[in-house]
Amino acid sequence: MTNDRNRWLLPAGIEELLPERAWPVEALRRRLIDHYARAGYELVIPPMVEFVDSLLIGLGEDLDLRTFKIIDQLTGRLMGLRADMTPQMARIDAHALAQEGVTRLCYLGSVLHTLPDGFAGSRSPMQVGVELFGHSGVSSDLEVIGLMLDTLRIAGVRNVVLDLGHVGLYRAFAAQAGFDEATEDTVFDLLRRKALPELDALLSSLGLPEYLAANLRLLARLNGGTAVLGAARERLSRPPEAVGAILDHLDELLRRLRERHADVRFNIDLAELHGYRYQTGTVFAAYVPGRGEEIARGGRYDEIGRVFGRARPATGFSADVRSLIELGEAVSAPGGGILAPDARGDAGLWSTILRLRDEGERVVCALPGEPASRHGCDRQLVLRDGHWQIIELK
Amino acid sequence: MHDKLTIALSKGRIFKETLPLLRHVGIECVDDPETSRKLILDTNLPDVKIVLLRASDVPTYVQYGAADFGVAGKDVLMEHGGEGLYELLDLRIARCRLMVAGRPGVLDTRARLRVATKYVESARRYFAEQGRQVEIIKLYGSMELAPLVDLADCIVDVVDTGNTLRANGLEPLEHMADISSRLIVNRASMKLKHARLQQMVDRIASCVNQEGEKA
Repeated sequence: MTNDRNRWLLPAGIEELLPERAWPVEALRRRLIDHYARAGYELVIPPMVEFVDSLLIGLGEDLDLRTFKIIDQLTGRLMGLRADMTPQMARIDAHALAQEGVTRLCYLGSVLHTLPDGFAGSRSPMQVGVELFGHSGVSSDLEVIGLMLDTLRIAGVRNVVLDLGHVGLYRAFAAQAGFDEATEDTVFDLLRRKALPELDALLSSLGLPEYLAANLRLLARLNGGTAVLGAARERLSRPPEAVGAILDHLDELLRRLRERHADVRFNIDLAELHGYRYQTGTVFAAYVPGRGEEIARGGRYDEIGRVFGRARPATGFSADVRSLIELGEAVSAPGGGILAPDARGDAGLWSTILRLRDEGERVVCALPGEPASRHGCDRQLVLRDGHWQIIELK
Repeated sequence: MHDKLTIALSKGRIFKETLPLLRHVGIECVDDPETSRKLILDTNLPDVKIVLLRASDVPTYVQYGAADFGVAGKDVLMEHGGEGLYELLDLRIARCRLMVAGRPGVLDTRARLRVATKYVESARRYFAEQGRQVEIIKLYGSMELAPLVDLADCIVDVVDTGNTLRANGLEPLEHMADISSRLIVNRASMKLKHARLQQMVDRIASCVNQEGEKA
């Protein structure tokens, strides 16, 4: 119930940013978009709301549940408030732009979730990310992961651990084992949660040939340092053909990532299946000590444009700007400034104020009758010898 | 510094039965939870701490990384859903069964059953799989009382010996799941502190297997 005492309450998980936090967020937003633009990524600003038909494309039940829905009064169709901007990027690439060749897009905006997400319980993260369409291979994976690591560096987040996986491995093993959809889902869920006791019990009960069951048991345990890739080659017995190529892909990606990002630690998890339902290749996420969940993640999702009539290779990452601000070194608001008296028709004073602002100075005009306040200024404008001069504000 | 470990355990049976396993990997709890009022218990290793929680809070602490790993009953995990956790090991301790219990014959009706339980999700899932629509009444303890005072027709609860049930004229009616305690690990910790955690998990696993062979 609303009453005068709690009229100010915001809904659970909905946040506002007050000046001390809003400025760091804006400063980071500018630096990130500039950085992506310098790497050739074009900024797009997709709408807050669109029809669910285009918003919930093949991203699974999870996104459906997380999306607020409203009826469009003009058409009677169901609209969703975006809970993730990635599908919007896929639509823009496939339909609005429809370019041949490689398309690079970046975006930043608020998304809304029906359910509180993760540790902070936020329902209104500020999503930032890039998407690269039209290229499949190590080089585009490398470019996007590189930009994700740049993003963390620019935000001042240190001691990053990058977790690498590939959803193609489980896909290949599930196909080799001939799982029906229900079994594939159950095994997927157990692998994802590394529920090893249940997984082992289920695999024993399925009546699979022993080498297939052993491979899946092993897959669940193939995680840890970079030696995991070698262990996978050695210990997987009679793997399907695709597996060799996937391991080669990860080997080369890892080698090139290490050359470029000497300050990052790498972890391999071959049973990491985040976004398995729509992701098709390399998946990755960034972790930092002291945070119990990932702080940025992404991966390849080559098929998603198909619903718009144009399946294209695609990879990208996203992160929540607010989490980055919490974890990184915040940029504080520009300090200091010049306090000017009320201009009151003094053309000379007003033109001085405008010139100083154009030069990038912060100039605050005192208002008539206002109680004395510095407004955070460290200098003031005073009239001396017929000229407006800047002196120290005591 | 970043390889500090926090272990989440619940008081009582799980704490008592986990200590020998931790001892096997060189971790001794130096505070006695029965006499100490400390919430964070020290161990013989300066970088390893133990937090003592309510059983149902253990998955939450581990999920959000407030603890790197913990021990939780399968009953609690089924209720929590296991999101954000890895369930690496069945420790085969604190064993019991999750059961439907009530007065004999109470389930032989087509009327809508009232089920009292603290395992709301597990009960809902179980009866839905059976094709039965039920009303769930969430309680926090003394479930056995509910059918006696006609608050519910039956209960869903963990059953060890069944003595409390029988002393109150109730019977275990349907077996839902075998319960034992699991070693759960935070996803991020598994990636950030992999070497130390994996080594610990492997050694606890070998200890559990030896015990299993003895039994």
